[in-house]
Amino acid sequence: MTPDPSLAALSNQLFSVSVALYSVAVVAFCAQLAFGRRPVRTPELVAAGNGAAPTAPTAADVLSEPARSRRWGLIAVAVTALGALTHLGVMVTRGLAADRLPWGNMYEFGTAVTLVGVVAFLVFAVRVPAVRHLGLFVMAPVVLAMVGIGLFLYAEAGPLVAALRSSWLAVHVTSAILGFGIFFLSGIVSAMYLVRSRYDAKLAEGQAQPDGVLSRLPSAATLDRVAHRTAVFGFPIWTFAVIAGAIWAESAWGRFWGWDPKETWAFIAWVVYAAYLHARTTAGWRGRAAAWVNVTGLVVMVFNLLYVNMVSTGLHSYAGLK
Amino acid sequence: MSVVAPPRESAAAPPPAPPSPGRRLAARLLHWWRRLTAMRTAIILLFLLALAAVPGSLLPQRSLSKTNVSRYFTDHPVLAPVLDRLYLFDVFSSPWFAAIYLLLFISLIGCVLPRALEHARGLRAAPPLAPRNLLRLPDSGQLTTPLAGGAALDVVEEELRVRRFRVVRREGVAGPELSAEKGYLKETGNLLFHLSLVALLLGLAGGKLWGYEGSILLTEGQGFCNSFQQYDSYKSGPLVSGADLTPLCIDLQDFRATYEQNLTASSFTAKISYGAPGQAGKDATIGVNDPLRVDGDRVYVTGHGFSPTFSVTLPDGTKFTDLSVPFLPSDTKTMSSEGALKLPDLGKGKDKQLALQGLFAPTGLVQNQILTSVDPRPLAPEVAIFAYQGYLGLDSGIPQSVYSLDATQIDRGRLTKVGAANLTPGQSMTLPDGTKIGFTGVKEFAALQFSHDPGEYWVLGSAISLLVGLLGMLLLRRERVFARVAPAAGGGGTVLTVATLTRGSGESGPRFAALSDDLGAALGARASKPEDSPRDS
Repeated sequence: MTPDPSLAALSNQLFSVSVALYSVAVVAFCAQLAFGRRPVRTPELVAAGNGAAPTAPTAADVLSEPARSRRWGLIAVAVTALGALTHLGVMVTRGLAADRLPWGNMYEFGTAVTLVGVVAFLVFAVRVPAVRHLGLFVMAPVVLAMVGIGLFLYAEAGPLVAALRSSWLAVHVTSAILGFGIFFLSGIVSAMYLVRSRYDAKLAEGQAQPDGVLSRLPSAATLDRVAHRTAVFGFPIWTFAVIAGAIWAESAWGRFWGWDPKETWAFIAWVVYAAYLHARTTAGWRGRAAAWVNVTGLVVMVFNLLYVNMVSTGLHSYAGLK
Repeated sequence: MSVVAPPRESAAAPPPAPPSPGRRLAARLLHWWRRLTAMRTAIILLFLLALAAVPGSLLPQRSLSKTNVSRYFTDHPVLAPVLDRLYLFDVFSSPWFAAIYLLLFISLIGCVLPRALEHARGLRAAPPLAPRNLLRLPDSGQLTTPLAGGAALDVVEEELRVRRFRVVRREGVAGPELSAEKGYLKETGNLLFHLSLVALLLGLAGGKLWGYEGSILLTEGQGFCNSFQQYDSYKSGPLVSGADLTPLCIDLQDFRATYEQNLTASSFTAKISYGAPGQAGKDATIGVNDPLRVDGDRVYVTGHGFSPTFSVTLPDGTKFTDLSVPFLPSDTKTMSSEGALKLPDLGKGKDKQLALQGLFAPTGLVQNQILTSVDPRPLAPEVAIFAYQGYLGLDSGIPQSVYSLDATQIDRGRLTKVGAANLTPGQSMTLPDGTKIGFTGVKEFAALQFSHDPGEYWVLGSAISLLVGLLGMLLLRRERVFARVAPAAGGGGTVLTVATLTRGSGESGPRFAALSDDLGAALGARASKPEDSPRDS
């Protein structure tokens, strides 16, 4: 099967378009933060009496957001969504060009992971408006990651190596991409939780401006909850990815587990995320300590992608780098 | 022997006697047990486990590649023995790695078993008593209704039973009350997840104890039977004895590698026949991602390469034909391969042994008299070989590689180079003593691996139940609803206080709002059409 060069070229152009759109979104998210005002929280009330539905006091932020900031936020989300569409187009055209699932090398894997991260962010940005204020901190790493992927990991669209020609590619790599993309968002949100809770602590000591840019971040409670929910969503997917990988390894390499570097780091990541989920419900670990664990998890995931594929030699040598 | 102290008669309270050493020890052990099974300890152990796995991926491991480990020893002659003493080249079978995961599993069992017992009791027990002050719970509210207290609770009970809650009504101190609970499966999932981990570890251990794997290079036309003597290398668990091996023989009939236009390998297929020794074999085709599975054993193709074939004609006319030996690929892109053919037994005595060593190129290109390969397919096979005569040192007692000559024999001058040539099939070279060496052709070889792991299906089952438990634990919600009625202050009607406690995913606030909306609507509907209460209470 020879790759279709015109579709492959279209895929590459769409990649550039996506990066450009995401960059525009980053600017718009900046504008949203710049024009925002300090969030005012409604006092927590317990509704009572007269059959009125008791409105539950949630920790969600009720922002008295100026219209200008809100508008910028909407523009930013819309541009991000447009970018995600062209980003999806990158994957589709790439897959059509090579006539296979477009995750056979590191370039394709990384591109797919960032797409999942962006889509996961969009889901939250639509459902929880406060999360839009995180846009800059999610999309800037996405833009950086994509520039890095395009510059250093690029591989021509081509056929898969024999070892990857299995239906397990669809199962194992897809779930790994989903898990990674979701953990990507989760890790960034936990990092912002660390920033925000530090700001809150300084504010309490009177060492920080109550009207600072950081005050426009979602509240620490919201950040903690979003990070936890995404990790809870990602953990079973990652578990499944590891199990599916083991099943595939059993038929491809003669054993289901052999402490290949990639397997080892997938295991380390799994253990770190298990520790995060435990830490978040354990006294003494809740809050900042747990958030650090989640950030460590993301570092492990990135290390697993970059170091294990590019430096160490193992069976997972599908990077497609020269 | 024990001494019983006489009873004291003094009226004053005796000073507390120091606890006996036995009891002190028990108390200390209990203290440590509680520490070990605490969640904080489990988190620390999880971290240690993650950290302990790191050197296993950064340093070469014997379980993955003995060659890389010995290369590390030559590159770092001072550091390597120190690391070796710390088991850093066998991380995953080291005592300290085992200590961490065993402690973790003891901690897990100590934490999960009591919870399982409690859960088993809880499954049969009624939902717990309602807290005294319901409005202190995070999700709570009050509704008023003209209905009588009992009728109002009937409505709540009905609504909750429709939502599959387990409901119990009690006559509390502060008035009639109701407790309801659902989502027991969440805790079941949690326990299933953790117990599956234990089962998985046991399956892994079983596979390590009773499993084995052997690997062998077979040139087309060759065969082997499943026994440790025949394998080039094998690993076996401590509880495996040679007699336990499945009697199975395999012949490699044909091997084929196919390539895409850009020379990406697209498939490797080996045609084999297999069966018990001495029986007519069944045919099968195996390849990458497609092993032979027979009676719990598996046979894999793990690699491939070329075996050039030579013929040797001695000066006296004795002819040896079809001498082939696998040359190991040194570059998988072009399949340029290296190897050695050792002929210790030509009938000329110990010091007249013959050996060939060199390079094989499936598609050869000679530039400046140096042979390279430009294509992995055998389009224009060519060898560049050196011929040696002398003593090979095969019976010296020192093990040597099958794929290269023993350099010490060459250095000592006991094995001397007597000729060199680049040959294509059909060509031959003549050594100074008149021996003629011909390159007659090439066959493909396949690296086969025979694996037996009795724990495999056990591990797979544990992994699946682990995932099921995990999904139940993370996606289900455990909810408790409490309700209490009291007569309204103004007389006539009832004040219904409702509260919920939720453990699990999602936000409880909106769900509580929806529940109390539904309760309000149901109460309103019941109040507007008076009918017989469905239940007398």
